[in-house]
Amino acid sequence: MNHSEAADKFNKDFDRTTWHDETLWWVRQKRDRAAFAIPEWEDLRNMASQIKHNVLSNLDTYLIEFEKNAKANGITVHWAADAHEHNQIVLSILKEQGIQQIVKSKSMLTEECHLNPFLVENGVEVIDTDLGERIVQLADEPPSHIVMPCIHWKKEEIGVLFHKHLGTPEGCADPSTLTLAAREHLREKFLTRRVALTGVNFAVAETGEFVVCTNEGNADMGTHLADVHIACMGIEKIVPKRKHLGVFLRLLARSATGQPITTYSSHFAKPREGQQMHIILVDNGRSRQLGREEFRNSLKCIRCGACMNTCPVYRRSGGHSYHNAVAGPIGSILAPNLDMTKNADLPFASTLCGSCSNVCPVKINIHEQLYSWRQVLTKSGHSPTAKTIGMKAMAAVLSSPSVYRFSGKIGRLTLSNTPFLVNNSLNPWYKQREMPEPPKESFGEWYKKNRK
Amino acid sequence: MSREKILAAVAKNKPTLTPLPEIQDFGNPYSDLVAQFTSVLTTIGGTAVEVRNWEEIQQYVQTHFAGRRMVTNLAPLADMAQQSWLTSDPHSLDDVGLAILEGQFAVAENSAVWVTEAEMGQRVTPFIAETLALVIKKSAILPKMHHAYAQIGAVEYGFGAFIAGPSKTADIEQSLVLGAHGPKSMVAFLID
Repeated sequence: MNHSEAADKFNKDFDRTTWHDETLWWVRQKRDRAAFAIPEWEDLRNMASQIKHNVLSNLDTYLIEFEKNAKANGITVHWAADAHEHNQIVLSILKEQGIQQIVKSKSMLTEECHLNPFLVENGVEVIDTDLGERIVQLADEPPSHIVMPCIHWKKEEIGVLFHKHLGTPEGCADPSTLTLAAREHLREKFLTRRVALTGVNFAVAETGEFVVCTNEGNADMGTHLADVHIACMGIEKIVPKRKHLGVFLRLLARSATGQPITTYSSHFAKPREGQQMHIILVDNGRSRQLGREEFRNSLKCIRCGACMNTCPVYRRSGGHSYHNAVAGPIGSILAPNLDMTKNADLPFASTLCGSCSNVCPVKINIHEQLYSWRQVLTKSGHSPTAKTIGMKAMAAVLSSPSVYRFSGKIGRLTLSNTPFLVNNSLNPWYKQREMPEPPKESFGEWYKKNRK
Repeated sequence: MSREKILAAVAKNKPTLTPLPEIQDFGNPYSDLVAQFTSVLTTIGGTAVEVRNWEEIQQYVQTHFAGRRMVTNLAPLADMAQQSWLTSDPHSLDDVGLAILEGQFAVAENSAVWVTEAEMGQRVTPFIAETLALVIKKSAILPKMHHAYAQIGAVEYGFGAFIAGPSKTADIEQSLVLGAHGPKSMVAFLID
């Protein structure tokens, strides 16, 4: 199902779409309040963007520096060229330990690599410990938002799900009660699982440490109780120096949820005594995107989700309509790099209004890249068929003055006399739209008559 | 080897080197750092308590947390809590009702407190306790995160964390619930 078909399905429930739209807009407003309270906000965005640009321009050196320092800290460093290799490395660490059960905190990279289904196929039980991720995992769904994985779920539905899986009272939809039930359910997992997997928000080349940000404390509960910590990161997550974290930690939570900072910003530098710590550096197309001049800035993304919360298309189509681990505007410029054919529809799932670029904390020109992807995809024959036919017809009409004048006349006559010919369910332009009264004559005709 | 393959591809595709920007600290806009810290901590679900001395902390703890299992590695509170926890299996801290630890310093703009492994006793302590209390010197409240990293400098630690308030989630319909996995409440003792 492509984006517009999936969005169509999502929009069948009008009230729910409105609710989804308003919930995300509320988060966007919280972001605004947090950002506007910082007078130097724009300076911070510029700084963050410049730091990330320096990272991209010197990434190989920083990766080597990070590896050297992480190793000196006692961390085992692995390199994975693609999703398959990443998954194999995780599995091999588990096999070495003879372990078949793990706890996992949020990592969009592992979603991108489809790690969970891979591990399950190989007999490993994976428990997602972020509350939102646990909810979608119990429902056998992927997250629909990178920061708020179950933003599309209503509390009554979560109540039903928890009644079935966690034994909460039937009909209970109270967020506090449901959260407490999840806390107890997951506490038992933290206390019994010997391997914890986390994502990485930032990795510091200078020190070989990495930072994981959560509000729930699930990354810390998992790792500090486990014998083995596996951290998975895309190679673009590097920052050169520790002091650069100050810039990014000021921007991340404010952009994501409007909080001044996440509850926990955990800096992992060395394994705990007796613990093993692994870090997997994953490329999976990132070095390719780095070589695409007009799209490389997408690698600056710090995964705050602000572009999704503000996007009028995301808010009214839902994260699943993007059929990619990262949804929304940023996902739509990352996804074609992963698979041009499968994701050709995504750069078209935008109004190009530019709101995403305005809120991006690292100043990625998201809407310009969406526009550029459309050109690249169309030139390489990946654009959606209906759009290609429509564009070809339009080009034929616009390139010939006589055909243009004739078409205009036919259009006006049709709209005035036989509107049912166009205003029907076969024409997508009439969905949720009222057409204006057609003018009696074109500007050209009027000008000819009135020219003195 | 994927390492060489990745590094070669990155080296080939990276753009021309651009310089790192200067990191400013943007100064201190707060006339009262304690008040700013307290105000932010309150809005994110924590409690700030100003105290003059360790006796006041002991009194507060006795009033609010009597009967709970307490752990601390702070010498002035040693007679209130157990000591053996520092070397025990971290899993055995599951039933800790109150952990009292020291914060190296705090940040006024976001009420985050910097705590490293040395102050935690065990890494899991500040996360597993039902309530976390952090003792911070009033003179150790810095304005912004840039000042915080200047303070940390190049010092080595195995693990360190900025902790701002109690554990929380809003994953169910954006309703804020305190105590997702970690502490359900968090107290910052601001001491003279």
